[in-house]
Amino acid sequence: MFESFDALLLARIQFAFTVSFHIIFPAFTIGLASYLAVLEGLWLWTRRQVYLDIFNFWKTIFALCFGMGVVSGIVMSYQFGTNWSVFSDRAGPVIGPLMGYEVLSAFFLEAGFLGIMLFGLNRVGKGLHFFATIMVAIGTLGSAFWILSVNSWMQTPAGFSINEVGQFVPENWWAIVFNPSFPYRLLHMVLAAYLTTALVVGAVAAWHLLRGRAQERAGIMFSMAMWMLTIVAPLQVLAGDLHGLNTLEHQPVKVMAMEGHYESHPDGAPLILFGLPNSETQTVDYAIQIPKLSSLILLHDLNAPLDGLDTIPEELHPPVAIVFWSFRIMVTIGMTMVALGLWSLWARRRGTFYTNRGLQRLALWMGPMGFVAVLAGWVTTEVGRQPYTVYGHLLTADSVSPIAAPAVGASLLAFIVIYFTIFGAGTFYILRLMGRLPDDDIEDDIEDNPIRTAGITPGPAQKEAF
Amino acid sequence: MMELDLPLIWAGIIAFAVLAYVILDGFDLGVGILFPLFPEKHDRDVMMNSIAPVWDGNETWLVLGGGGLLAVFPLAYATILPALYAPIIVMLLALIFRGVAFEYRWRTKRAEHLWNYSFIGGSTLAAFAQGITLGALVQGIEVENRAYAGGWWDWLTPFSLLTGVALVVGYALLGATWLVMKTSGRLAIKARRIALRMTVATIVMMGLVSLWTPFLDRLYLERWFGFPNILYSGLVPVGVAGCFYLLLRGLLKRRDVLPFLSALGLFVLGFIGIGISFFPYIVPTSVTIHEAAAPDSSLMFLLVGAVFLVPMILAYTAYAYWVFRGKMNPDEGYH
Ligand code: HDD
Ligand code: HEM
Ligand code: HEM
Repeated sequence: MFESFDALLLARIQFAFTVSFHIIFPAFTIGLASYLAVLEGLWLWTRRQVYLDIFNFWKTIFALCFGMGVVSGIVMSYQFGTNWSVFSDRAGPVIGPLMGYEVLSAFFLEAGFLGIMLFGLNRVGKGLHFFATIMVAIGTLGSAFWILSVNSWMQTPAGFSINEVGQFVPENWWAIVFNPSFPYRLLHMVLAAYLTTALVVGAVAAWHLLRGRAQERAGIMFSMAMWMLTIVAPLQVLAGDLHGLNTLEHQPVKVMAMEGHYESHPDGAPLILFGLPNSETQTVDYAIQIPKLSSLILLHDLNAPLDGLDTIPEELHPPVAIVFWSFRIMVTIGMTMVALGLWSLWARRRGTFYTNRGLQRLALWMGPMGFVAVLAGWVTTEVGRQPYTVYGHLLTADSVSPIAAPAVGASLLAFIVIYFTIFGAGTFYILRLMGRLPDDDIEDDIEDNPIRTAGITPGPAQKEAF
Repeated sequence: MMELDLPLIWAGIIAFAVLAYVILDGFDLGVGILFPLFPEKHDRDVMMNSIAPVWDGNETWLVLGGGGLLAVFPLAYATILPALYAPIIVMLLALIFRGVAFEYRWRTKRAEHLWNYSFIGGSTLAAFAQGITLGALVQGIEVENRAYAGGWWDWLTPFSLLTGVALVVGYALLGATWLVMKTSGRLAIKARRIALRMTVATIVMMGLVSLWTPFLDRLYLERWFGFPNILYSGLVPVGVAGCFYLLLRGLLKRRDVLPFLSALGLFVLGFIGIGISFFPYIVPTSVTIHEAAAPDSSLMFLLVGAVFLVPMILAYTAYAYWVFRGKMNPDEGYH
C-alpha cells in the first residue's frame, strides 16, 4: 500500500516537472514564430534591411528554443504510457486521436518547414522562404489547438460514453474537441504565449537601449513589443475573467480553491486579496478581503450566494494553498503587464518612449515574468482539478501505471539532473545570444575557424548571402 | 458499403510510421554513432550539416509512432511502455542529448567537445535502447487484466542485448552510406571504407538475430519454417541476400546512391521479417491487433484525417529533402 502511494506521488512529481519544463519552450516559440513571420513580412514589404537583421537575430534564438521544445515534448508523449498507463488505456480512444491530429497537422508541418526556414533562404528564394516561415508559425498554433483540446477535455469532459472495460468511448467528436472549457483555454493560452514573447523581446530591446547600443534596431523591437503588450495584456485580463466564469460553471470546486472560499457565503462572498489558506482549520488566516466583491466578479451581483468547500467532501478538495497562491501570482503579473503597457503608451504620448529609463528598467525586469505567469496559470488549472485526471470520472490515483517506486524515482532523478544541466546550458547560450547586438557576429566563439559552416544559423561568412 | 477492417488498416499505418522512423532517424543516429571515427572538426561540421535540416522531421515519425499507438491501440501503448520502462526512458534522455547538440555545438567553442560527446553518446545510446526495445518486444510481453504483468528487468536478456548491438551496427551502416551519398573527397572515401566494414558487421548481426528468433517462441518457428509459410517467408532472406549483393557492389564500384538505397532495402526487409513474426499480435504474444484496437469511432475519426494528411506530409517532406539535395559543399555549408 505504502509502496503504491509512493509510486503515485513520484509519478505526479515527474509529470509536473517534465511538463513544466516543456511548456516554457512552446510558450515562447508560439509567440516567436508569429513574430518572425511578421518581421519577414515587414522586410519583404518595406525592403528595409533592419527588419532582416532583427529577423536573423531572433531566428537563432528560435532555433535553440525550438530544439529544446521538441526534445522535451517527445518525453511528454511517451510519459502517458510509461507512467499513466491506466489513464492511457481508458482515455486513449478519446485523447489519442486528438494528439494524433496534433502530430499529423502540426508537428510535421513545423518540422518539415523548419529546415527550409533556418537554412533555405537562398536555396528556395524569398517567397517560398516566407511561406516556410508562415507554415512554422501555423504549425505552432495548430499544436496549441490540439493539445489544449486534449487538456480541456480532461478538465471538462464531454461527448463520450463508457464501455464495459471502462474505456471512454467517443460519441460526438465535435463535442469532444470543442468541449466547454476549450475556447477559453485556447484563447487564454495563445494570448499568454504572445505576451510572454512580447515581454522577452521588450526586455532584450530595453537592455540594449539602456546601454545605448543599436538604437534603431532595439528601438523597433521595443516599440513592437510594447504595442503588443498595450493591446493584448488588457485582452488577457478579459479572457482570464471569462475563463474563470466558465470554470465556475464547470469546475466550481476549483474556483472555491482559487478564491480561498472554505465557507459558503449565502449573501455575498468577499474577495480575498491575500491570506494564508489553512487546511487544518479550513480557514484563510490573516485574510485581507473586500466584502461581496467575489460575488460581484463571479456572478455580477453583490449579494449572490456562493458555495464554499464546506459543501464538498474533504477527499475531493484540491490542495487549496497551491491553487490560491499560483492564481494570485498569475493575476498580479497580468495586472503589472497592463500597467507596463499603459506606461509605455503614456511615454509615447510624452515623446519619451525611447529615452525613459524607468520604463526600460521595468520592461527589463518583466522579461521572464511571462514564463512565471504561464507556469502559475498551469499550476492553478492542473492542481485545481485534483483529485481527478478526467474531471469527475477518473481519479488520479486510479490513472497511474502499475510501476514500482524505485523505477519512477530513479527516472525522476535522471530527469531532474539532466533537464537542469541541458536546459540550463541552453538558457545560458540564449542569454548570451540576446546580449549581442542584432547584427553582432558570433565571432568571439569562432574567430579561428575561417570556414565555419552554418549550424542552424548563419555565421559571419554567410551574412552577405542573405 | 464494404466493411473496412479498421484495426488492420491502422496496424499498417503505424507499422509504416515506425519503419519511416527507423530508416530516417536511423541514418541521422548513424552519423552520430560514426562521429568518433572522424576526429577532425571540419569533417564533423560537414557531417552534422548534412543532417541538420532534416533530423527534426525524421524524429517526428517517432512521435507519430507513439502518439498513433495511444490513439488507435491504447491497450498496446499502455502495456508496452510500462514493460519497457527503463529502455524507453533511456532512449528519451539520449534523444535529448543528441537533439540539443545540433544547436549547442555551434554556440560555443570552449565547450564544443562536450556537445560532441553529447551527440555521440546520445546517438549511440538511443540506438542501443531502441534495439533493446525491439528485442524485448520480440521476446514477448506478459499481460493480465489489461496491464503489464511481468517483472521490471524482463527486458534485459542476452537476446535483447544482441538486438541492441545489432541496431547500433545497422544504423552505423545507414549513416555511413548516407555520408557516401552526401559528401565528397577524403570524407567520402573514408565513409566508403567504413560502410564496407559495417556491411560485414550487419551481415553477421542479421544472421545471428534471425537464427535466434525462431527459437524464442513456437509461434515464430512455425511462422518461418512451417509449410506452406516457408514459401513466402523464404522470400525475405532471398531479398536480403540481393540487397547485400547490391550494397557490396555499389560500394566497390564507387557508386554514390546505390549503397544507401540497398541499406534502406535491408532495413525494409528486416522490418517485414519482424512483421511476419508478429502478426496478428501487436503485443507479442499476449494481445492481438484487434484486441488492442480503440473503438471504431476513434479509428475512423483519425483515419479521415490521416488519409489526407499523410500524403501531404510525404509530399512536403520529399520537397524538403529535394531542397537540400546533392552533395554537400564542404567549404560552404548551408546558408
Ligand atoms: C494533455 C494533458 C496535460 C497538459 C497539457 C498539462 N497537463 Fe498537467 N497533468 C496532466 C495532464 C496535462 C495529467 C496527466 O492529467 C496529470 C498527471 C497527474 C494528474 O493529476 O494530472 C497532470 C498533473 C499535473 C500536476 C500535478 C498536480 C498534482 O499532482 O496535484 C501539475 C503541477 C501539472 N500537471 C502542471 C502542468 C503544467 C505546468 C502544464 C502546462 C504546461 C500542464 N500541467 C499541462
Ligand atoms: C502533456 C502535454 C503535452 C505533450 C504530450 C506534448 C508533446 C509534444 C511533442 C512530442 C513535441 C515535439 C514535436 C516535434 O517533434 O516537433 C512538442 C512540441 C511542441 N508543443 Fe507540446 N506537448 C504537451 C503540452 C503542450 C502545451 C500545453 C502546448 C501549448 C499550449 C504545447 C505546444 C507545443 C509546441 C508549440 C511545440 C513545438 C515545439 C516548440 O515550439 O517548442 N505542448 N510537444
Ligand atoms: C489578470 C488577469 C488574469 C486572469 C483573471 C486569469 C484567469 C485565469 C483563470 C481563471 C485560469 C484557470 C482556468 C481553469 O479553470 O482551468 C487561468 C489559467 C491560466 N492562465 Fe490566466 N489569468 C490572468 C492573466 C494571465 C496572464 C498574464 C498569463 C500569462 C502570460 C496567464 C496564463 C495562464 C495560463 C497559461 C493558464 C493555464 C491554461 C488555461 O487554463 O488557460 N494568465 N487564468
